[in-house]
Amino acid sequence: MALITYRDALNQALREELRRDPTVFLMGEEVGVYQGAYKVSKGLLQEFGERRIIDTPITEEGFAGVGVGAAMVGLRPIIEMMTWNFSLLAMDQIINGAAKMFYMSGGQFKIPMVVRGPGGAAHQLAAQHSQSIESWYAHVPGLKVVAPSTPYDAKGLLKSAIRDDDPVIFFEGETLYGSKGEVPDEEYTVPIGVTEVKRAGTDVTIVAWSKMVIVALKAADTLAADGISCEVVDPRTLRPLDDAPILESVRKTNRCVILEEGWPYAGLGAQIAYQIQQAAFGDLDAPVTRVTGVDVPMPYAKNLEHLAMPTPSRLVAAVREVMYLD
Amino acid sequence: MSTATLPEHTSRQLATTPKAQLIDMLYQMLLGRRFEEKTAEMYALQKIGGFCHLYIGQEAVSIGALSTLRPDDYILTGYREHVHALVKGTDPGRVMAELFGRRDGISRGKGGSMHLFDKEHGLLGGHAIVGGHIPLATGVAFATKYQQRDQVTLCFFGEAAVNIGAFHESLNMAALWKLPVVYIVENNRFGMGTAIERASAIYDVAQRACAYDMASETVDGMDVLAMRDTVGRAVDLARRENAPTLIEARCYRFMGHSMSDPVHGHYRTKEEVQEHKEQDPIRSYVGILTGAGIIDQQVIEDLDRKAREVTEQAIQFADASPEPSPDALFEDVYSMPYSPFTRSEQ
Repeated sequence: MALITYRDALNQALREELRRDPTVFLMGEEVGVYQGAYKVSKGLLQEFGERRIIDTPITEEGFAGVGVGAAMVGLRPIIEMMTWNFSLLAMDQIINGAAKMFYMSGGQFKIPMVVRGPGGAAHQLAAQHSQSIESWYAHVPGLKVVAPSTPYDAKGLLKSAIRDDDPVIFFEGETLYGSKGEVPDEEYTVPIGVTEVKRAGTDVTIVAWSKMVIVALKAADTLAADGISCEVVDPRTLRPLDDAPILESVRKTNRCVILEEGWPYAGLGAQIAYQIQQAAFGDLDAPVTRVTGVDVPMPYAKNLEHLAMPTPSRLVAAVREVMYLD
Repeated sequence: MSTATLPEHTSRQLATTPKAQLIDMLYQMLLGRRFEEKTAEMYALQKIGGFCHLYIGQEAVSIGALSTLRPDDYILTGYREHVHALVKGTDPGRVMAELFGRRDGISRGKGGSMHLFDKEHGLLGGHAIVGGHIPLATGVAFATKYQQRDQVTLCFFGEAAVNIGAFHESLNMAALWKLPVVYIVENNRFGMGTAIERASAIYDVAQRACAYDMASETVDGMDVLAMRDTVGRAVDLARRENAPTLIEARCYRFMGHSMSDPVHGHYRTKEEVQEHKEQDPIRSYVGILTGAGIIDQQVIEDLDRKAREVTEQAIQFADASPEPSPDALFEDVYSMPYSPFTRSEQ
């Protein structure tokens, strides 16, 4: 085991899969000469050359479509979005192209493509650079959506995503790149569609993914000091959602708070809450509650940004509420 | 007709194209015409639903262009693509069955008129967002070059698509990366009901290639041999030098934009349509082949009879094909057996 960053874990996954399969290539803005806007692709141009590590013009729709076309005739593209915010320009290619091609061609054209990049707010990047839009992509049949929270999961899931025959939308956490965790020295993968309990507990279930897992673990520490035991459940894959471990946890704790960075309205947390009440209504001792990003475009001012984000203290308050403690 | 009075490209093509192929191109045009006429009838009988865009009048464009390809070359097109599929080699019965929404349709009844796909014959769709498939074609050309295969990709779209961002993004990448792709603009003058003069700041579509330092040509899209001549050069350039070309084929659609739209009305007059119908690409080509002594009336009648028979058989095949099984609803969403959005619902 080595203690490495989330960034380096992703870099290892890319490097190993590029070595393993000559049909894999990486394409995006600044992935080559510049070594990646967030240095995830550091060193790859030097090892694999310009044929396989391709710098693009700033043309998200164009190169996302190039990925779909290349996947139709036998390649395995990895398309980097410098951030997921820019993917809004590429949504026609991802949704009308990648997600539907296999279906509307009657099963003739698979799209084994990964679109990856950082999502979520960082620090004072304002409204156009701070979005968590995984719910948008999770809405679409034909896509798989992955959002790892740890270096271990990031590496293992990216390797699975690259080997997957369907289009995978891969959300990295912009503020997670520098976070560290244990990653095995030997080869491994983490399967798509498997939820993991990140912290065992007995009183309340907290469902969180990507960066929000870190927020949940912090809140769980605070609550533990008050004698409240939280179970933190990380779906890791948002579509298809492995909800069985979530339900199992809720049946044990009888209470659930869902934590997500994105907006509340029609958000993924609403879907998960629906699943829980549908399958475990009789086990609930309190309504399922959500803590989400606030329903506004992200403001720039530091104090306002803080107010718009889900924080450990907001989560602590929500947990106490479902425990009927306040 | 003496060959000395013919345009240079006509003489060149008559001299260099095998006679059987010249005749086959006429057959393809007749088949395309008869197939589309019957498609209109089937639409009126409600055997075909949804949006359905006919190719009548534009046959010379795809038939001339595709006559220059190898069987392993790729094409991608928009949603007016029934004839492209037939010419690329897709079985007419499977095309008609797709229009009928039947199990034996080339896309298993899931695509319909606008989404014909045939992997075996290199037909990569059938795409229904104007201009959205231009990046895909660019990606296919990227992939063939990456894999060091010498295949060429043709990408067809209407003149209205040249105003969309995806067109410009694609041409820039294709020129920058030297990709073996030929972009063919089927300029039928109208994006649905908006004339090109009312939608594009530049009338000469081919000029747009200058912005990307890309080769370009403007060609009479009502002349099948002109199409063959021009696209042949572009395909050679793509195959030999990995260089893309933009071709503007000036043509005209004799029918409405789709089956739900009028042939003429607010946006063009009956007289204008009539005037263009007099330049019918099939009649012109028949004149050239007859003048050159390659065919006579008997050959024309035989080819036309065959085209009608094949169309009739296609309808019979489509009629006999069952509807897709209800199980098909959940097939082909993912490459593995259908995985619903949550495990508990499996």
